[in-house]
Amino acid sequence: MFGFVGQRLLYLVPVLIAVTMLTFLIASLLPGDLAYVMLGDQATPDKVAALRAQLGYDLPLWQRYLNWLGDVVTGDLGRSFRTGETIMSTVLDRLPVSIELMILTEIMALGLGIPLAILCAVRSGGALDRFLTGAAFAKLSLPSYMVAIVLIYIFAVELNWLPATGYVPLAEDPWGNLRSFLLPAMTLAFGEWPVLMRVLRSDMIATLQEDYIAMAKAKGLRPARILLVHALKPSSLTLITVSGINIGRLIGGALIVETIFALPGIGRLLVGAIYARDFMILQGVVLFVAAGFVVVNFVVDLLYAVLDPRIRHGRA
Amino acid sequence: MAVLDVGSDTSAVTPVRKRRGPGPLFLCAASWLVLIGMAAILADRLPMQSPFDMDMLGKRLPPGSAHLLGTDNFGRDVLARLIYGARISLSVGLLAPVIGVVIGGCLGMLAGYFRGPWETLITGGADVLLAFPPLVFALAVTTYLGQSIPNMILVIGILGIPAFTRVARAVTLTLSQREFVVAARALGATHARILLRELLPNVALPLLAFFLLLVAVTIVVEGALSFLGLGVPPPAPSWGSMIGEGRESLEIAPWLAFLPAGVMFITVLAFNVIGDTLRALTDPRPARL
Repeated sequence: MFGFVGQRLLYLVPVLIAVTMLTFLIASLLPGDLAYVMLGDQATPDKVAALRAQLGYDLPLWQRYLNWLGDVVTGDLGRSFRTGETIMSTVLDRLPVSIELMILTEIMALGLGIPLAILCAVRSGGALDRFLTGAAFAKLSLPSYMVAIVLIYIFAVELNWLPATGYVPLAEDPWGNLRSFLLPAMTLAFGEWPVLMRVLRSDMIATLQEDYIAMAKAKGLRPARILLVHALKPSSLTLITVSGINIGRLIGGALIVETIFALPGIGRLLVGAIYARDFMILQGVVLFVAAGFVVVNFVVDLLYAVLDPRIRHGRA
Repeated sequence: MAVLDVGSDTSAVTPVRKRRGPGPLFLCAASWLVLIGMAAILADRLPMQSPFDMDMLGKRLPPGSAHLLGTDNFGRDVLARLIYGARISLSVGLLAPVIGVVIGGCLGMLAGYFRGPWETLITGGADVLLAFPPLVFALAVTTYLGQSIPNMILVIGILGIPAFTRVARAVTLTLSQREFVVAARALGATHARILLRELLPNVALPLLAFFLLLVAVTIVVEGALSFLGLGVPPPAPSWGSMIGEGRESLEIAPWLAFLPAGVMFITVLAFNVIGDTLRALTDPRPARL
């Protein structure tokens, strides 16, 4: 088990390094010399050269990358060229928004996906199962921006229940904050629940064939107890993997949904950084997003062992 | 041939199960794609209004006799824009995955056939591309190279490479163990011959099915980029940018967003239906999901 974890970690380090290198390369390819942007009207060749030297822009690309990497290892992600704030504080500022969105999305998606999956697994091939299979398939063709528009139209324009866009800080008005998150979370959850339902359903159908389920039935346990206590836990491995991937992705911000609903999360920070050519923010956020993804997947691997004793004892 | 062998095996075990052939849904999907495809190809010759002519007095007209599907925020004919939008969505949707299927397919086959350090390198590279936020890449490239249709095809095409690599590698891995490959090798066939004559015909079909599924994904991604204002530069119509423009007038003229969204949904669904039917036909295992 520890060997497996160690192996995973060893594999992920080069992936993270390659991702940040790629970001560095792309950032350096973007047009527009930052020294000119920063100096604006006062740009003289001397001043530009001095500023470039100060920023380390006169160094070759690989040396700049190594300098940056060295700083990162010591915990210094640098400062934004434009605002002067540290990358760390900028990211931490935006992170709660993306995390709140992620939590609400997962609650909705799992809340809908798990019960429906159990119902489908119990009566697999039944009317509900066939209907939801079709719905899950049709959902593949519905991107988030379409769902967002339909939801805005129904809940904001027609019913006028929820705000169409905008963000209210949690400290200011908790209820207004929740309301501003409901539509974006619904949009994301709508994309996610069919996937969760499908994977849990097929795993559950397989689990229900196992001997120990037959044993539990023979003991005369109530069906609800068999399903929820005996079958659900060992069936949820793929479900956890998939939600883990989704959580990892959502920590990096839901770019399109955050843009549509004007939520100031990590995704919008990223888009803003690209538009403003703020390479330090871009670089820091990409590293953060990739690292978050890696960590979540790592935690998921550990959860397997907790959920299924067979993995813990190395028999699976 | 290998695919057929396995297929007859499974049908012998479960003779009751009927193979999923082209059903009515498949035919509907195919006819819709033919219709949209014809409209896109013949867009210039169809008797309809120009998709660019603005009419500031006839803004946001509801669907009616003068404009079959109404007019948009600038008084442009929505039907004409939908048909010209089909041109862009379909050409990006069909061309971008070609980049992925050629490059990703080659890399995946090499990785699955030769194994060893090549495989580690190629799958590692695919993992890096997968871990990299795709929209960042798209945003960066459109900022750097400018917004145009060829650039968008390039971006989406490159982003599709790792997925094709994985599919091609997985299929090649299992096929390489099969008797006909072993037999070819025993007969002294070169690597190139085995790859091209023995493996490629068998890898091609699963890749084609995956290709169609990726066409659907590509149309959605193109829509997302255009929706964010990073895709096709205006005033060229694209379904995504039409949805984006329609969003702003959702309260006054909801059909401006819903019409392109509906057309796009049906088109993407059609590609998914056809791709899935093909996948079910090429997948020798009986459908479990």
